[in-house]
Amino acid sequence: MTGQALLSVEQVAVDLPTPRGNLRAVDRVDLGVGAGRTLGIVGESGSGKTMLSRAILQLLPKKARLSGRVMFDGQDLGRLDPERLRQLRGRSLAVVFQDPMTSLNPVLTIGTQLIETLQEHLELDALAAKKRSVELLAAVGIPAPEQRLRQYPHQLSGGMRQRVAIAIALSCEPKLLIADEPTTALDVTIQAQILDLLAREQRRRHMAMILITHDLGVVAGRTDEVAVMYAGRVVERAPTRALFKKMRMPYTEALLAALPKIDAAPHTPLPAISGRPPDPTRPVQGCSFSPRCRYAVDQCQREKPLLSAAESPDHQFACFHPIEAGV
Amino acid sequence: MATLELVLEEEVAVGSRRRRLGPLFWAAIAWMTFVFAVALMAEFLPLPDPTEMDMLERRAPFSALHWLGTDGLGRDELARLIFGARISLTVGLCAPIIGITIGGALGMLAGYFRGRFETLVVGSMDVLLAFPPLILALAVTAYLGQSLLNLTCILGVLGIPAFMRVARAATLMLARREFVIAAQALGATHARILLRELLPNVFLPLLAFFLLGVAVTIVVEGSLSFLGLGVPPPASSWGSMIGEGRESLEIAPRLAFLPAIAMFLTVLAFNLVGDTLRAFTDPRQGAL
Repeated sequence: MTGQALLSVEQVAVDLPTPRGNLRAVDRVDLGVGAGRTLGIVGESGSGKTMLSRAILQLLPKKARLSGRVMFDGQDLGRLDPERLRQLRGRSLAVVFQDPMTSLNPVLTIGTQLIETLQEHLELDALAAKKRSVELLAAVGIPAPEQRLRQYPHQLSGGMRQRVAIAIALSCEPKLLIADEPTTALDVTIQAQILDLLAREQRRRHMAMILITHDLGVVAGRTDEVAVMYAGRVVERAPTRALFKKMRMPYTEALLAALPKIDAAPHTPLPAISGRPPDPTRPVQGCSFSPRCRYAVDQCQREKPLLSAAESPDHQFACFHPIEAGV
Repeated sequence: MATLELVLEEEVAVGSRRRRLGPLFWAAIAWMTFVFAVALMAEFLPLPDPTEMDMLERRAPFSALHWLGTDGLGRDELARLIFGARISLTVGLCAPIIGITIGGALGMLAGYFRGRFETLVVGSMDVLLAFPPLILALAVTAYLGQSLLNLTCILGVLGIPAFMRVARAATLMLARREFVIAAQALGATHARILLRELLPNVFLPLLAFFLLGVAVTIVVEGSLSFLGLGVPPPASSWGSMIGEGRESLEIAPRLAFLPAIAMFLTVLAFNLVGDTLRAFTDPRQGAL
């Protein structure tokens, strides 16, 4: 997998200086995505998912320090000169953000935003860019695209806006699309539509995709591989099918248990994960999940388990006492 | 059924309130247009020379010859008012244009790039603000001489810090919004982000502030002229006319009150339009 990976993240760590001390948002993460494949990154709020995606794009806040390497298409993004990096973004790397309310410029029309992106990167003339914009809007399922071009973001619904954001991201045929919680701000009924749209466009364009979410249910049917993040670290990583067949890390199990079940009786209380994630400015000595883990023993509080594989090489987890298969 | 009707009425009311600007706004626009038109066409209007003195007709009352009478030196009051409007409006518009251009650019750059540049800009603006403006104006006019250009430049420079602050505050707030990060992620250059993403957003609050700036500048120019620091005589501005009218306040109070009313109405009109624009753009920005 690492051999032909389009993107590989090697030992990436992000440190943010805060008034309360250094905050390690991402802690030595290794990940990889092959061309045309989908990687799901799952974790609760504050687990470092978004910081990781910003680190990949080299769009971290100015004060943040990045260590490790981000290799994209054979290039080290951290060492690329700003001009090359700028050309790569948008052209080969694209992002869809969580909130379509704020990811579109409120005072420019949809058309202006789409057409200018196309003109900038593909050097199309105005007419060709407009024609292509209409096609793109139609491809992402927006009815009457020609009229939409003249509208402002506030005249569209949330789902429509997210479709526009996806159209802008797809406009230059990127090789890798990072979708950072693309459906979190949307209605449940729209969520599935947007996810299906992303999956369809990904297959059609044969691009790689990183789908970041806090919802295990979102990644279940739509990704090839899943990485579960907790407190800045990847705690379990496996092909999606293998992961859902037998998860080894107690945190993943707890996340899955916290999903509402459709066949549960009404008013069944949801099994929440008790406690809160650790304070990232005060690193835990042992396993960062141990205070909330029901399997935790003394060893978990003293030593940090490393990400390692057991039976199959592509199923890795960081736990001393993984859940046994078949239990 | 009744509730449904009520809801509908409310929606209609909200919709129309947003679109209607009110008669006061249009009255202000009408006055501004009138003053501008008259000031622009002053030379082509059938007016007596505003500097021609007629010692036999000093402080003459309203008449067919002198519609608004004459001043203490027998000059036509209406002509002086209209030619005074030219000076007041030129200074009132040009000085804030200097402010909005330099201050707006500095503020946006400071708010976008942050860091040492921002510290430098904010620091130097604080120094400029700490200097008493009247003393600065006095010093400059005493040193470089009294002229329309000097007056405009000094008032323009004095306006830079305020515009810088408005632009910087708006940019700071916007630069954190996701669409700026989205633009960066799409490979936009700094220049593009500043000009295409941020400028259209910063422009509306700046424009509203500009109109208020025009009003303030007209008043300040009036005060300076009243103190004799404005345009040199015999040219008139509303401020210097009030100053000259003060001498004959007991005999002919209209000589001070006519320019005062002209200034009052113009400043009020600019404030009204500026305020309406601000109120008009604010809630919409919040809703987005």
